Amino acid sequence: MINEKDNFILLAKIKKTACRGFIYLFAFFLAAAAFFPFFVMIISATHDNYNIVARVNVIPGNRLDENFARLTQNIELYRGIMNSLLLAVSVTLIQNYFTMMAAYAFSKFEFKGKNILFSVVLVAMMLPGQLGIIGFYKEIQAMKLLNNYFTLIVPTIANCFAVFFYKQYIDGAMPNELIEAAIVDGCGEMAIYHKLVIPLVIPALVTQGVMTFIGTWNSYLTPLIVLNDKKKFTLPLMIATVRDATHADYGAQYVGMLVSVIPMVIVFCFASKVIMEKISIGAAVKG
Amino acid sequence: MNSKKRSRYAYFYILPFFIVYLIFSVFPIIYSFVLSFCDMDFLSGKFTFTGIDNYKRMIASGYFFKSILNTLLIWIMSIIPQLTIAFILALILCNKWFRGRFLLRNIYYFPNLVTPVTIGLLFGALFSYPGGAVNNIITALGLEAVDFQNHQMLARVVIAIAICWKNFGFNIIYFTAGINSISDDVMEAAEVDGANAWKRITKITIPLMKPILIYVMVTSIIGGLQMFDESKLVFTSVPGDATTTMVKYMYDSAFVRFQFGYGASIAYGIFVIIAVFSVFSLIVTRDKKDEYGKVNKRKVNKRKEGKA
Repeated sequence: MINEKDNFILLAKIKKTACRGFIYLFAFFLAAAAFFPFFVMIISATHDNYNIVARVNVIPGNRLDENFARLTQNIELYRGIMNSLLLAVSVTLIQNYFTMMAAYAFSKFEFKGKNILFSVVLVAMMLPGQLGIIGFYKEIQAMKLLNNYFTLIVPTIANCFAVFFYKQYIDGAMPNELIEAAIVDGCGEMAIYHKLVIPLVIPALVTQGVMTFIGTWNSYLTPLIVLNDKKKFTLPLMIATVRDATHADYGAQYVGMLVSVIPMVIVFCFASKVIMEKISIGAAVKG
Repeated sequence: MNSKKRSRYAYFYILPFFIVYLIFSVFPIIYSFVLSFCDMDFLSGKFTFTGIDNYKRMIASGYFFKSILNTLLIWIMSIIPQLTIAFILALILCNKWFRGRFLLRNIYYFPNLVTPVTIGLLFGALFSYPGGAVNNIITALGLEAVDFQNHQMLARVVIAIAICWKNFGFNIIYFTAGINSISDDVMEAAEVDGANAWKRITKITIPLMKPILIYVMVTSIIGGLQMFDESKLVFTSVPGDATTTMVKYMYDSAFVRFQFGYGASIAYGIFVIIAVFSVFSLIVTRDKKDEYGKVNKRKVNKRKEGKA
């Protein structure tokens, strides 16, 4: 009797462990598959071209510096990184400053045409980005603003998603009494925005700012059509030219890819929690 | 209070946004529409009005429809494995006993942050022939190397894999948030009633997640229809332009062949297709949600009637 019961419990335990073991195996196998391209990239960056093409590499080689030297011969990598950084930082600052301003007006002011203007923002969110791109190019060409960072920075202010996101946040996080008290204390309107609104919105600003930064850093189509001076190329544009510039030089190509991934690793180390939260907010709204 | 005076500031606050919006968003869209009825002279750069010739050409040439087909094929091949894997992994990572779930979640998600350009080049290099990493493994296993680039369907599959790899981690986080929003009480009640893990998933989690699943599915088509970076970068030349998506076709027409008028008409063609799919997806999501609510209500009513 006792034996049978013990057996039953033991069997159930084995079954449970086997089941969990299988699940662990499955999850880690997919993690390995997700990491595989990075693995190949890192390992291949350290081998010479013959090894990359001819065999399966598992152990790092010692040709990283040579590959890197050949890569920097062909493209000005540091310039690309600096250009991208400059662009991403200025877009993040300018876009968020002005979209937050518009969102604050929509949230805390009553004015004529408010509802119509806000529904314009909502409708614009649904328009696909490529619809006006040819008109945009021709307009920029006529304004003689091609090859100019102005074209990549200022138009990003018209980000309807950001306005919508900030409005939702200010609606919930900022009581009207606070603004009224500030007015009674003799605070000017601009001072209210700078000293009251911005500090209060910082949690949302961090989330949206990280997203803007990543989006700008990764953007490809707009810089591709706007910039044609190699000295102004952003990092993605430079990486895209690596294949043509180096022909079949896989070693140099892999180093280029590796360099382009490193900034995102750094961002991810600091901001992974923020990014995950932002996505989860989206799911909560839709669900 | 001095609300009239204050409301003036509101206009001041929204002014920068709307000025930029008018100049750099609204005007280009209208200008594109005008251009789509024009033809640009290649040398002088002057536009002449040609009526609906561009649209006629777009429909008659067949390339546009082929690019729609390519886009849809790549989308389907990437979305089905992407959502399936993401949903299974979200279910796994929601288990409290699962160790290392934060680490795994980060590993799954990270590809989503990688620059699309890098993803394009990386997959192009991985699947190159001969001598790509994948072909090296295939030959090491004693099989024949595969020329992915020169096979229409395989080239599409590689791009679909790249997109799947990029996005499945994003969907995991999305689904995890959905699964976590299911109340613990329901789960505990089911457990007390003796439902095993499989039953809890199929009878509670999936039905409750259905709106989110359908939402992700139909909205991702709108993003999928605008696929460009991977199509342009993974392979440089594929026979029969089998990997040319709609936006890539527009880009090639306007910025490679300099037919800006024709490119603008393609942009509007893409817009119409996206609009059709958006309306379709709105109908589908709304119907499913309502139906789901109705079924539940009916069931509840029946139960009530039964009890009465």
